[in-house]
Amino acid sequence: MTDKLIIEGHEFNSRFILGSGKFSLELVKAVIEQGEAEMVTLALRRANVGGEENILDYIPEGITLLPNTSGARNAEEAVRIARLAREVGCGSFVKVEVIRDTRYLLPDNHETVRATEMLAKEGFIVMPYMYPDLNTARDLANAGAAAVMPLASPIGSNKGLSTRDFIKILIDEIDLPVIVDAGIGRPSQACEAMEMGAAAVMCNTAVATSSDVALMARAFKLAIQAGRDAYLAGPGRVLEYSAEASSPLTGFLED
Amino acid sequence: MADIEYMKYMEHMNYLDGMEAVSPDIMNRVLSLAGSYDYGKYAGKDVERALGKELLTPDDYGAVLSPAAMPYLEEMARKALLETRKHFGNSVCLFTPLYISNYCENECVYCGFNCRNKIQRGRLSMEEMEEELQAIAATGLREILILTGEARNASGVEYIGEAVKRAARRFSTVGIEIYPLNSEEYVYLNKCGADFVSVYQETYNIDKYGQVHLRGPKRIFPYRFNAQERALLGGMRGVGIGALLGLDDFRKDAFAAGMHAYFLQQKYPHAEISFSVPRLRPYINNSGNNPAEVHERQLLQVMLAYRLLMPFAGITISTREKPNFRDHIIGLAATKISAGVSVGVGGHKNREKGDEQFEISDSRGVGEIHEMIAGRGLQPVYTDYVRV
Repeated sequence: MTDKLIIEGHEFNSRFILGSGKFSLELVKAVIEQGEAEMVTLALRRANVGGEENILDYIPEGITLLPNTSGARNAEEAVRIARLAREVGCGSFVKVEVIRDTRYLLPDNHETVRATEMLAKEGFIVMPYMYPDLNTARDLANAGAAAVMPLASPIGSNKGLSTRDFIKILIDEIDLPVIVDAGIGRPSQACEAMEMGAAAVMCNTAVATSSDVALMARAFKLAIQAGRDAYLAGPGRVLEYSAEASSPLTGFLED
Repeated sequence: MADIEYMKYMEHMNYLDGMEAVSPDIMNRVLSLAGSYDYGKYAGKDVERALGKELLTPDDYGAVLSPAAMPYLEEMARKALLETRKHFGNSVCLFTPLYISNYCENECVYCGFNCRNKIQRGRLSMEEMEEELQAIAATGLREILILTGEARNASGVEYIGEAVKRAARRFSTVGIEIYPLNSEEYVYLNKCGADFVSVYQETYNIDKYGQVHLRGPKRIFPYRFNAQERALLGGMRGVGIGALLGLDDFRKDAFAAGMHAYFLQQKYPHAEISFSVPRLRPYINNSGNNPAEVHERQLLQVMLAYRLLMPFAGITISTREKPNFRDHIIGLAATKISAGVSVGVGGHKNREKGDEQFEISDSRGVGEIHEMIAGRGLQPVYTDYVRV
């Protein structure tokens, strides 16, 4: 199997990116193992370096860390948080999150583009969390993003692909991995995103709030694999328009 | 003190000289809605309608706070649990308060720090402050809340600023629960390292407010009401809101506090809003029939209603409550819990220099609270903030 997720030259076998912010930390390892995740996001603000319950202590070796800039309200704050993450040993990947709305936690696309540009120039591998807007996605690509991470629905909502049609546009038009992030509540929704051609799926709440987190992680892994296989296989013909005229519409042609 | 003596007879709805006035729009809306809040008008079907919604309107919030919602506490709890888990996952944050001074020039009839009370007053020297902060940091905590009484001569803004600077060196999150300030003073304390400000209105009933805040700057209702807004204008990251439940009609006060938070978040969408739920316990041997009394059931109703109105807001549970209540409310509605608490001045390293503001009901240390949280399948969180 040579189908790998490639983000700026880094190869991953798994297309399941795990969020860690809502877990009991002692469960993170089991979830990573059962889900076979190779990339795990973490909020730098939770990194209690040298102290109690430091999330960095719970992530197994060999996993690629994807620190996020949670807490940033503008591009400058995101840049500062990303730098701090790199300083404490989180590597060069960064998931840009710029949010200035505490009610819905929707990303600020404009500031996200600015942060992406600044961080890409500093050599980060930038994966911006975004509201799925084609113009913004193009701007992010031009700004040096390594992937784009459009939201499926509001964070934590478990509502699935509310933005399905707009994510599909990004998949069709943007020449970067499109990683569906936020709002995926069920393995079936993750499967659907992958079937559509998403490069990977990120989820957190859906696993963390399950009563058996390790089993749910495995379910997501399998769903993501199934969706990926279906995408690669190419789905059979599904008629999108049901009307089939009883007499031919082109029968009037005379030669 | 002469002018403070005079204040007893003073109009409490007007600002004093030197008090910064901000737009009264939020206060007017809150007082207007709270004034017309008639919780007796709601029936079970109104509560059911509210519980069927994803987001509550102010009227829905009125329903879930009403007596008609009492038979629905279990359903409210189930919905609240889902919301809390959705927004906070398994996380429960830990912190502790540090009282640095209990001098106070306010005469608030319900408060242990009342300037008329003959209690031992004290304030920490900078050396003592360091010792206290060091002792607290050694417990593993990374979040601290600095508290004072209101006395600009004994615990002025610069004194508090020095405490904040010292705290910020050892803690990732520094909050302040001090007297209301002007926005440029909040700018100063923000620069010193404080990012979160809690100010509790106690009661939103302006008549009652005047009756229980007899003198001192706290008597001025609008200056206190608008403190959160000035704090946000001063660059603070988050603000805490609360009513002292049981001081007046708790349903009306909780309704007003919820609306206060609601409109504040609407006007400042980036602000991190949190609630505290201090209550005056019903007197022992009181019959318990008074509908205004706040027993644990009523306290739970308020906390659940806050959660349903503002699913993303932090809710702090204090050591005023018993261990059993605290243990069960975390993860359900509360997202933050204090541990290793002393409510006298100092008391973490050295003997308390001043008397307590109130009695606590949960004296467990950080390790015990940590174990309790983990034992409930939740995640103790020591730091959830990075200062940038």
